[in-house]
Amino acid sequence: MGENVYVVGIDMIRFGRFPEKTVPKLGAEAALLALKDAGVSIQDVEALYCGNLMQASAMVGQRILHEIGQTGIPVTNSANACATGATALRGAWMSIKAGVYDLVLVVGVEQLGKAGLLGGGGGGGGIPKEGLLGSGLMPAVFAEAGMEHSRKYGTTFEQFAKVSVKNHQHSTKNPKSMYRKETPLDMVMGAEMIAYPNTKLMCSVNVDGAAAAVLASEKKARQLGMKRAVKISASILTSDPYTERDLVMPDVNTCTRQAAAKAYEMAGIGPDDLDLVELHDCFATAEILHYENLGLCADGEAGKLIDEGQTAHGGRIPVNVSGGLLSKGHPLGATGVANVYEVATHLRGEAGDRQVAGAKVGLTHVIGLGSACGVHILEKTA
Amino acid sequence: MAAEAAAPSGPRPIVSYLKIPEGADPYLEGQKCTACGAIFLGERPTCSSCGKSGSFEAIHLADRGELYVYSIVYRSFPGIDVPYVSAIVDLEGGGTVKGNLIGIDPDPAKIRMGMPVQVVYEIAPRKDQEGNEYLTYYFKPRG
Repeated sequence: MGENVYVVGIDMIRFGRFPEKTVPKLGAEAALLALKDAGVSIQDVEALYCGNLMQASAMVGQRILHEIGQTGIPVTNSANACATGATALRGAWMSIKAGVYDLVLVVGVEQLGKAGLLGGGGGGGGIPKEGLLGSGLMPAVFAEAGMEHSRKYGTTFEQFAKVSVKNHQHSTKNPKSMYRKETPLDMVMGAEMIAYPNTKLMCSVNVDGAAAAVLASEKKARQLGMKRAVKISASILTSDPYTERDLVMPDVNTCTRQAAAKAYEMAGIGPDDLDLVELHDCFATAEILHYENLGLCADGEAGKLIDEGQTAHGGRIPVNVSGGLLSKGHPLGATGVANVYEVATHLRGEAGDRQVAGAKVGLTHVIGLGSACGVHILEKTA
Repeated sequence: MAAEAAAPSGPRPIVSYLKIPEGADPYLEGQKCTACGAIFLGERPTCSSCGKSGSFEAIHLADRGELYVYSIVYRSFPGIDVPYVSAIVDLEGGGTVKGNLIGIDPDPAKIRMGMPVQVVYEIAPRKDQEGNEYLTYYFKPRG
């Protein structure tokens, strides 16, 4: 199906809070880093796919080009909740796969600041529904998703909290992470309760951030040099299929399972072939669910996986060695490009102190509630 | 518009699927697909489960059900009293609804997933900008 597509340049800015900057300026920084990493200029780029959520109607991609070069190329702006960056990346991938372009730029960018609680809008007329008809706030929605796992398998508050301990520990070795502090178990469990069982340290961090990638066709990648090229061996996007409770309790499991199955099939591999995974730990509860959804363990074994440290750096299948959304930060539109940066950096053998030794294959996953799931599988080439 | 102006006084439903019939008890209404049996809250042109168009039957949802899952919300928007228990409830005979679970301590040691609950209807503690009252529903432990 079509020709192979490669990541030939990729980078991200360190996530943080930059109130003095604008969304286009943050995106431009990442774009220039990625172009430099690829050894190309904006003059070489044939199209731009840009992901941003909070300014979805404000032509962010074009405004990035106003900063780095108005070459007249087509720009596609995408918004797909927390799958926004992955959706932009997949658009770029498809355009090369279809043979339309040979060199395409992808930028994911978000300026969230201290956005506070997300979700809970309710909608419709009348009076606000939040706190009367339950909660639509993200910490509660993902808490309820976690409680479904507890109901089925007896997963405990402590097991959910261990996810956050692990990801914060991982982030101490990532210079591009927003936070780089260890948070022991008692600190995580004793932090302010936001929506049981998610404490404040079990909620992802609202930050500003940007990440960018340069994708190339096989022909173009060979011209540029394959030494650091990373193959995109699967790019999948799903939406939420009908399930019994989905319309009142968003089902983040089924769309992830379907995306993972399709991705493994497209890449011709299975979960046992993965050396590392960056998955959507928007809340600590979510990471537990996705161990099973992505096939990293059998159903019902996710609690055991975290207890045994199998997903910690050095374990059987390291998950979120970047620090994840819980510590690195979650700038919505940038997240689905930044996780590809993390995996690609390991496949290139350039991850420094946090390098997963001998990494050859990795998977990235995002979920945008409502819902959209994006999965990419990446493979080392040289 | 004239119909709206002439609407009888009394509380308005907080959501379209809460029905307040004259001279009868309020209830929650489901839209059941006659082809596949999927139950929805609120109307839609086509069943999103099986794809069959225009084939819904309005049904009274049960006022009894069981707590499927919950979360205890401690941090919410300004002006909203916390903590509150956000609950997902499976109703007897089908249909799943979300709402606040009341009449129980907001404590994971007390709340049991699977516990039987009753749907109760009360005037909401909020009014809209024109001062109109709304009828809402809650879940209470049963038995």
